[in-house]
Amino acid sequence: MNIVVLMRSVPDTVEELEIDGSGKALDTQWLRFITSESDEHALEEALILKERHGGSITVVAMDAPEIDDALFAAYAKGADKVIRISSESRNVLTSAQVFAHTLKDISYDIILTGVQAIDDMDGQIAPFLSSSLNIAYLGVVTGLTFDDAAGTFSVKKEYAGGLRGEFILSPPFVMGVQAAEKPPRYVPVAKIRAAMKNMAIEEASTDIQPSSNIEIRKMYKPVVLGRAEILEGSPQEVAERLASLIAEQGLLGVK
Amino acid sequence: MESDMNLCEVSLKNLFDTEEGKRVLSCIQCGVCRGTCPHGFAMQYPPRKIIGLLKAGMIEKVISSPDMLLCISCYSCKNKCPRKIQLTNMLLPLVKEKVFENLGEVPPELQKALENTFRYGNPLGESPKKRQEWVKEAGVPIRILSQDKSPADILWWVECYSSYHPRGIETAIATAKILNAMKLDFAILGNEEVCAGECARLVGETGLFDTMREKNLKTFKKYTFNRIVTSGVHAYDALAFKYPCSGFHYPVEQITPFLAHHIQLLKPLLKKRLDDYVVTYHDSCVLGRHNGFYEEPRTLLSAIPGLKLVEMAHNRENGLCCGGGGGGMWLDTYYKMMGLERLSEKRVKEAVASGADVIAVSCHYEIPRFEDAIKVMGYDQRIIVRDVVELLTESMGG
Amino acid sequence: MMKDICVLVEHQRGKIADITFEMLGMGREVADALGYSLNAILLGNNVKGLVSQLGIADNVLLMEHEALSELIPETYLQALNKINDERDSEVVLLGYTNMSMGVGALLSSRLGIPFINYCKNLKVEGGKILATCVLYGGKVEAEVSSSQDKAIFVIYAGAYPADKGRADRSPTIKDISPPSFERKVVFKTYIEPEVGDVDITKQDILIAVGRGIQNKENITLAEELASELGGAVCASRPIIDQGWLPMTRQVGKSGMIVKPKLYLAAGISGAPEHQEGMRGSQFTVAINTDPHAPIFDISRYGIVGDALELLPLLTEAVRKKKGG
Repeated sequence: MNIVVLMRSVPDTVEELEIDGSGKALDTQWLRFITSESDEHALEEALILKERHGGSITVVAMDAPEIDDALFAAYAKGADKVIRISSESRNVLTSAQVFAHTLKDISYDIILTGVQAIDDMDGQIAPFLSSSLNIAYLGVVTGLTFDDAAGTFSVKKEYAGGLRGEFILSPPFVMGVQAAEKPPRYVPVAKIRAAMKNMAIEEASTDIQPSSNIEIRKMYKPVVLGRAEILEGSPQEVAERLASLIAEQGLLGVK
Repeated sequence: MESDMNLCEVSLKNLFDTEEGKRVLSCIQCGVCRGTCPHGFAMQYPPRKIIGLLKAGMIEKVISSPDMLLCISCYSCKNKCPRKIQLTNMLLPLVKEKVFENLGEVPPELQKALENTFRYGNPLGESPKKRQEWVKEAGVPIRILSQDKSPADILWWVECYSSYHPRGIETAIATAKILNAMKLDFAILGNEEVCAGECARLVGETGLFDTMREKNLKTFKKYTFNRIVTSGVHAYDALAFKYPCSGFHYPVEQITPFLAHHIQLLKPLLKKRLDDYVVTYHDSCVLGRHNGFYEEPRTLLSAIPGLKLVEMAHNRENGLCCGGGGGGMWLDTYYKMMGLERLSEKRVKEAVASGADVIAVSCHYEIPRFEDAIKVMGYDQRIIVRDVVELLTESMGG
Repeated sequence: MMKDICVLVEHQRGKIADITFEMLGMGREVADALGYSLNAILLGNNVKGLVSQLGIADNVLLMEHEALSELIPETYLQALNKINDERDSEVVLLGYTNMSMGVGALLSSRLGIPFINYCKNLKVEGGKILATCVLYGGKVEAEVSSSQDKAIFVIYAGAYPADKGRADRSPTIKDISPPSFERKVVFKTYIEPEVGDVDITKQDILIAVGRGIQNKENITLAEELASELGGAVCASRPIIDQGWLPMTRQVGKSGMIVKPKLYLAAGISGAPEHQEGMRGSQFTVAINTDPHAPIFDISRYGIVGDALELLPLLTEAVRKKKGG
């Protein structure tokens, strides 16, 4: 089984996010990047499949500051090949085009990637690739099991409130992974350091220029109210007021 | 305080060729290690069994078991071993390193703490850019070396919990006040400081420790200072015993013994009487059993006018560990699932029984651990937790 | 022909999800501002009975087929593509839900229409639709428009009041014949969540109890509120340590990290170790007798009071609000 895992980086929200001078984008000066959480789950799911059924894992990642730590960690966890594409494009439209282009030279049975990243404003990688590569797609995936005999996959998709659905399909396909069967495994730093010494990240280049089909008019940090607004009144009054506030948030009986 | 320089190059492979290894071989299998271990009754492989299996070439049994996660690096076994085998600080971490590589699943809380340390330089997962935020609320001048590179006498190593945890910050501010009042020339690294890595090392993550050490050593080269005083006790151990292995040669002291050595300077500042404080000192495993600093904290506390000092049933080398060392800080849930009593709760019970209404501590894990235990056990109105430096500043008048 | 805005009706197992009505209300406002018509796209099998609820739309574009019984992105895409062939829509709204995840992006790719995600509202300015998008878990927002006239928007739940999307009228039904579906993905079955084994990390609404709940029996007060709101009960560590709730309900440094839409902390002081587990919550409300409790520092609203008194009052108030 040839599994490809696509990984991208997003701004690390542990750091303060600031808007740059243009007022339309993040200030990148103090930004740190971290691999998108659901992409890490996609990698973990791939590792689980490889452990059960054999095969190989190729990780393909868009370049980003500090991504090498995660890529060597991928080697240390059990990826067979790691490719870094020299494109730091950050929107989904271009990233999907870049991935599709790179995938032309890679043989794969299934492609796993995170269901979406926290700044995927203009699309989602998995469905875009499903369209451009003409392969099946499912999103919010929380587990894949392979039936060796039938050659098909049973894929679990998560709905709200813990309900799940089971779907059957055959490769090739691309999945938007929400969560792996188990949380992404820990890899001892010594193994990452060993990978840094012994393994090499392959470089892939691309001519595809970044393009966008949406216009960001303004980007800003919403006013943070700081401390809680304390509701005043009798217990009856505050209870009713709170119920109204919850209703205003659209949270009455959310399903 | 013996130097650990001869321990720098010891590995499981070459162990029995070394001085320390020969001492390991002299183990008489007495079992005092297991007897004195807080989790000894629950361990499948206490130290003496580990040594026996090592000698028999069967250490794989230990390595393929998660049993060593039960060790909280309290230094009890090392302290009591009649052959003086360097258990907690040398042999056990060597075995734990292999255990860690083999662990199929790392308990989630521990995994998070280690990943946070690697990425953010602290186990709490806070931004490295916020490590010196607390300085703004200190109310006393604190020099940050990146802003003023001139030489300092003392590099004050603040450590992670004192920089980020609300209660830790309170102890950092107290320490700053004391250092200022003593008119000492000190500075901090602020955002350039990253975790010293000792707890990672003690739980078996040697690679992480090496990474943290490399980063800190690189930072030290940028500045000029004579010596280091640490707030963190584990940071003290790392800097004093393990960093020299990589060419670090500064004198290091932890704040408690440091202040005790300056008691003549300090005493005149302790003007306010703390008459209604009945204080029991909880011996830090690192300061106490590992380094022998039992009297220094008591000297400081006794210098506070009006304060009454009482001892818990287990004190000094027999003190009961709070459970936070060697990764234990992030293994509470793991231990609870095994049905083990939370060690911090056990200790709080003892503190209450001693008649004290204040538990004085020197290690930063102890404050959240004991305050948590106090809450859970419903002792909020009966006893509080204070770092020794907090009591000192209180006696200095705030 | 008049330009139109389409809303994809989201429904599962015979019930229309609230988000559909929110989108319809929002769509109605935008359509009226632009002079467009509003269509509801209803895809499914034997779903004609749901049409009467969609009265706020001008038309319901109805396609029924066995292949559409479950929302499978590829079949929905083929259906939407056919509908679009017949009625070239300007704007399509879809819900930001697990159900329809990917449908919008597939459609965007197929039709070459810009896709805009994470929208918490839409407004019309100078004849163009401007979306406010929520990024980085709410830390940053952006005002975004499509570079074309056409766009596909994915709308957050709770963005718009659902009752504005309901009307007593009967919409016009336009039947659209289904295409012949190519099916690569086959739906097999639903897997219900295990009874009694709640995964609090997957809940949208959490009622959290701390020591202020005082004893095990009082937890039912939280459970009643949770039930009324469609959520679950969780707790800070002291409650778990007492054995009043299983460890699967623990929130905090030693427990689970949760990011629900609503986190109501009842009788929890909010120590850093607890905050670590829930600070990603979208909307936090706290009830505590101590006005200085740290939980108030990270909550949107607070009540200084006794949780034991307020929980039943709140349950009753919520019940009334839902009924009315």
